[in-house]
Amino acid sequence: MPLERVEITKVIKRYGTERALAGVDLELRGGSMCALLGHNGAGKTTLLGILSTLVRASSGAITYRETGGAVVTGDAVRREIGLLAHQSLCYGELTATENLALFAGLYGVDDSPAALAALLDRVGLEVRARDRAARTYSRGMLQRLALARALLSAPSLVLLDEPFTGLDRGGALALGEQLGALTAEGAIVVVVTHDLEAIAGRTDHVAILRAGKLVFEERGAYDYEKLKDTYHRHAS
Amino acid sequence: MPADRPAQGVLRQAWRIAWKDLQVELRSREIVYTMAFFGAVIVVVYSFAFPASSALVRLGAPGLLWVSTMFAGTIGLGRAFDRERENDTLRALMLTPVPRLAIFLGKGIAITFLVCAVALVVTPLMALLMDVPFFDHPGELALALLLGAVGFSAIGTVFAATLLKVRSRDVLLPVIIYPILIPLFAFGTEATAALLKVPADLDNAWYWIGLLGAYDAAFLVLSMWIFESLVIE
Repeated sequence: MPLERVEITKVIKRYGTERALAGVDLELRGGSMCALLGHNGAGKTTLLGILSTLVRASSGAITYRETGGAVVTGDAVRREIGLLAHQSLCYGELTATENLALFAGLYGVDDSPAALAALLDRVGLEVRARDRAARTYSRGMLQRLALARALLSAPSLVLLDEPFTGLDRGGALALGEQLGALTAEGAIVVVVTHDLEAIAGRTDHVAILRAGKLVFEERGAYDYEKLKDTYHRHAS
Repeated sequence: MPADRPAQGVLRQAWRIAWKDLQVELRSREIVYTMAFFGAVIVVVYSFAFPASSALVRLGAPGLLWVSTMFAGTIGLGRAFDRERENDTLRALMLTPVPRLAIFLGKGIAITFLVCAVALVVTPLMALLMDVPFFDHPGELALALLLGAVGFSAIGTVFAATLLKVRSRDVLLPVIIYPILIPLFAFGTEATAALLKVPADLDNAWYWIGLLGAYDAAFLVLSMWIFESLVIE
């Protein structure tokens, strides 16, 4: 069952003596796009890692709740998570179709050629590139494949770390539209980005981290000017 | 379609991951060529470095066979995990809802195949160049080497995955795994030596093969148990 809410409670993450997160409290809701902002080293990627279950918090808790409020744990949580990270998380020696078929099998979703082709159409990866090894792709093509892998299982918690990197303006806008559509479908979308223009008008929840602390959080509509102004006032 | 029983599901997903590794390797042939070439070079060096007395060679050959195979295996082990590091794909596997056990088994199965491929090159080459009668009891020798490959892969998979983000992993990997592998080397060498005796001491060989099996079982269970806690940051 899809996730409806994620509660982040007093999450602390230490790497040795370094404190990457210093007690973050945040609630993420279905049908909402959260822009997680902050300068480099603020703790955004660490928080995304903890939300994805790939990084263990030093203390604090993350509670995943499905529709109806029941708590979800373990494999059932991972089934609902789609992650777009700094790297593609795809195998360079395999083609786009082979990469997706592998992960479709692991997620237990439809791995038929038609289903995979439809997904690649959706992210705009050109047809003639699909049967080439992914290591031959440009950064933008790789980003599209990475997005297809992230969306493969129709996740209800979509975590994106700098998703607009390597995309041209048209690609970035198209991705922004896709994220808007995912949000409209009820997914919890969390975007870490410095490209405020691409998410302006789509995000309805802004959270700003500074030195591992949540220094600003607000829900509401954000156009580009308001987003830029909020970011500059709170991130530094 | 009836749902898999959990164990069937784990094995099916493990095979999917192993097949992916083998598919990548079949395409690039990078690891298997490097491992086989390195193993062959060691054998050639041994064939020149040791005296041509067949009695002395017979005494040393079991150890040489196991050392050549496992040293070459270490090269493949490191490279197999470097591939997962290049695009952070181990994280992608860890993110899927498949049991972590399936990921461990999948990687382990693929590495076992690679080590067996090296043994297939090293053993006949050593038999040829050093005149060692390895093929008098091929079934027993193959079983011993297979069990050796399984034990090596179980331990190697856990530590190679753990060291994935450590800068000096290429140096640390052998330093960490070889001490743990000493009993495996010892059991394998003793089993092979018993097979090379004239006449072959089959009872003794089976005793050491049994110990190899017990070692594998113990370390497979331990590795499965600690894999997840070691690979999550």
